[in-house]
Amino acid sequence: MIDWSGYLSLILEGALVTLQLTVMGSALALVMAFLAGLGRLSRFFLVRALATTYIEFFRGTSIFVQLFWVYFVLPFAGFTLTPLQAGVLALGLNVGAYAAEVVRGAVKAVGREQTEACTALNLSRYQRMRHVILPQALPLMLPTFCNNAIELLKGTAVVSLISLTDLTFQAQVVRAQTGNTLIPFTTILILYFAMAWVISVSMRWLERRMTRNLDGVRI
Amino acid sequence: MASPIIRIDNIVKRFGPLTVLDGLSIDVMPGEKLALIGPSGSGKTTILRILMTLETISGGHIEVDGEQLYHMKKGADLVPADERHLHRMRKKIGMVFQHFNLFPHKCVLDNVTLAPMLTQGVTRADAEKRAMELLDMVGMADKAKSVPAQLSGGQKQRVAIARALALSPKIMLFDEVTSALDPELVEEVLSVMKRLAAETDMTMLLVTHEMGFAHDFADRVLFFDRGKIVEEGKPEEIFRNPRQERTQIFLRKIIAAGHRV
Repeated sequence: MIDWSGYLSLILEGALVTLQLTVMGSALALVMAFLAGLGRLSRFFLVRALATTYIEFFRGTSIFVQLFWVYFVLPFAGFTLTPLQAGVLALGLNVGAYAAEVVRGAVKAVGREQTEACTALNLSRYQRMRHVILPQALPLMLPTFCNNAIELLKGTAVVSLISLTDLTFQAQVVRAQTGNTLIPFTTILILYFAMAWVISVSMRWLERRMTRNLDGVRI
Repeated sequence: MASPIIRIDNIVKRFGPLTVLDGLSIDVMPGEKLALIGPSGSGKTTILRILMTLETISGGHIEVDGEQLYHMKKGADLVPADERHLHRMRKKIGMVFQHFNLFPHKCVLDNVTLAPMLTQGVTRADAEKRAMELLDMVGMADKAKSVPAQLSGGQKQRVAIARALALSPKIMLFDEVTSALDPELVEEVLSVMKRLAAETDMTMLLVTHEMGFAHDFADRVLFFDRGKIVEEGKPEEIFRNPRQERTQIFLRKIIAAGHRV
């Protein structure tokens, strides 16, 4: 008879790593999303080009390769990262590239008449973005941001390939030691789902809060 | 004789291959109330949008309050205006839009106070005091805490008027401000504008299809067709006794459509 309690705590430790990766990766992705998303809307060519290059590169190459690159190739250039740092960097940059397009799309979805009202009221470009456009664009971003965050959560599994002890890695350890596949993999299946569900619910709450004033009606 | 506050000199506006305004000139005197009428596509809204710097011009010059709008002096040369110059010039002009363009995420009061606080450095307390006076004037003081989605079209437009007035512009542009309203809501907006015209010496330019209102409101009426002024004169002359055939046809069509003159 196998004593599961020890293995369960192993898996919970893995859950903690996955949670860390998700939270820190999402934070980096969010920053990159706004930098690159707004960068693509810049009136300066160089900024636009830089943002576009970043987005195309990180969307167009596999997260797998990006992670390996960050972890195994960067050390040759003198940057040695811990597995956690490498995981956060690769995931954040990868998902940030997708989310950048969400930011751009939402900003463009706010009507031109809002921009014209700002011009008529003599607001500067910055004031327009900060006080008028972004507050209306943010609620439009949330549903897709929620998708991105869940994708990122599930994407964290690839870090097990650079020996980071996340959920998937620990499940494999347990399987190797016990020879049982059903229990560890069912456990992490449920844990992944639970975490995704928490993300889903909190995003929906945030969305409701932010659209309260709009009353579902756009003017 | 005072000099014009707006001097539109031979401006040209093209949208791609389409020439909307072709060598148009208008002088507007300080305090004058000017009504621009004419068929849709005749370029009247474009003039307001150009004055608000929402469009660029393809040729010509515009002087507002003694200064070039789209050009600035650089040494002896006149060069295209930069953002800073436009920012300075826009302080003189306010605009009310056909579709109100209120900020849906802000309450009525914040819609009115936002620009004065951001662009004129007014404190929140002062901005709110002034906003409440203006909202009171347009009869919207009791809705200060409502959001635009809770208002009717007429109410939204009255808030939009208060919002534009909060910056105390010398010139106000009204772009078909009642066209998007249900018929029974038109009057409440027009009565606010009539009071405004009577109580202030602001210069006002009005694009409208409400001929009766243009008649009562304006000192001078310009009839536009295809980017040109076909006829201009005092409201009585234009509406009672139009000289040009195109003006007569237009007015007949409008009356046939049920608008009162």
